[in-house]
Amino acid sequence: MKIKTMQELLDAKILCCEENVEKHVYSACGCDLMSDVLAYVKDQAVLLTGLVNTQVIRTAVMMDMLCIVFVRSKAPTEEMLKLARDTGIVIMTTEKRLYEACGLLYSNGLVGNKAKS
Amino acid sequence: MSEELVFRYDVNGDDFTSAGQASVQVKRNLRQLGLDSDTIRRVSIAMYEGEINMVIHAGGGVAEVRVSEDCITIVLTDKGPGIKDIEKAMQEGYSTAPDEIRSLGFGAGMGLPNMKRHTDSIEIDSVLGVGTTITMKVNLG
Repeated sequence: MKIKTMQELLDAKILCCEENVEKHVYSACGCDLMSDVLAYVKDQAVLLTGLVNTQVIRTAVMMDMLCIVFVRSKAPTEEMLKLARDTGIVIMTTEKRLYEACGLLYSNGLVGNKAKS
Repeated sequence: MSEELVFRYDVNGDDFTSAGQASVQVKRNLRQLGLDSDTIRRVSIAMYEGEINMVIHAGGGVAEVRVSEDCITIVLTDKGPGIKDIEKAMQEGYSTAPDEIRSLGFGAGMGLPNMKRHTDSIEIDSVLGVGTTITMKVNLG
């Protein structure tokens, strides 16, 4: 699924790296626990989370993720956006809750979530 | 490469916000060396979890990454309280982290298991009241 399609489905606002919205993501992870995110490596993934701190961005950097969606209108700090810009990670924020946001993406075809290890 | 390359970082233990900076830098350096992305990801995830642990439990420490022809070695050294029960600490879900760390997305008892999961070997040398040294290896090729 294109990042741009995700934005439309979630009615989300893009906060940085808009130039990368044509990229495709093949798997998604909805989670507030970063260690759980770090446990299973997936390629070209998007992270949906309600947790807002710099470690969310660093976790996504470590995992080579392409996009982070903050749910429930959570807003990242400027420091977080700077970290995301350094690696080109698209950041967006949606009013939707985590469950609903994940459900929308899943039901529209973003189901690939097979762990590599 | 014929000679071993060594990267060394001081991990600041005062500030959880800055934890992970060394891992981001390692990732950047390994990318410049042209290593494959899977290897880079494994090394950086393992080091990141280790770095977070050093900040949560040990007040910081030193991280060293050595790149040789056949493997990458990550050595994390701290002068923290030591690990009381290593066998327990290696179990998924076992954690001694304070609640405030859990609210930040860590401390769920996945750190050491994740470090083991993403590396080819892990050795933990810990002495109570003295400190802990963790040595992890990721094979190349």
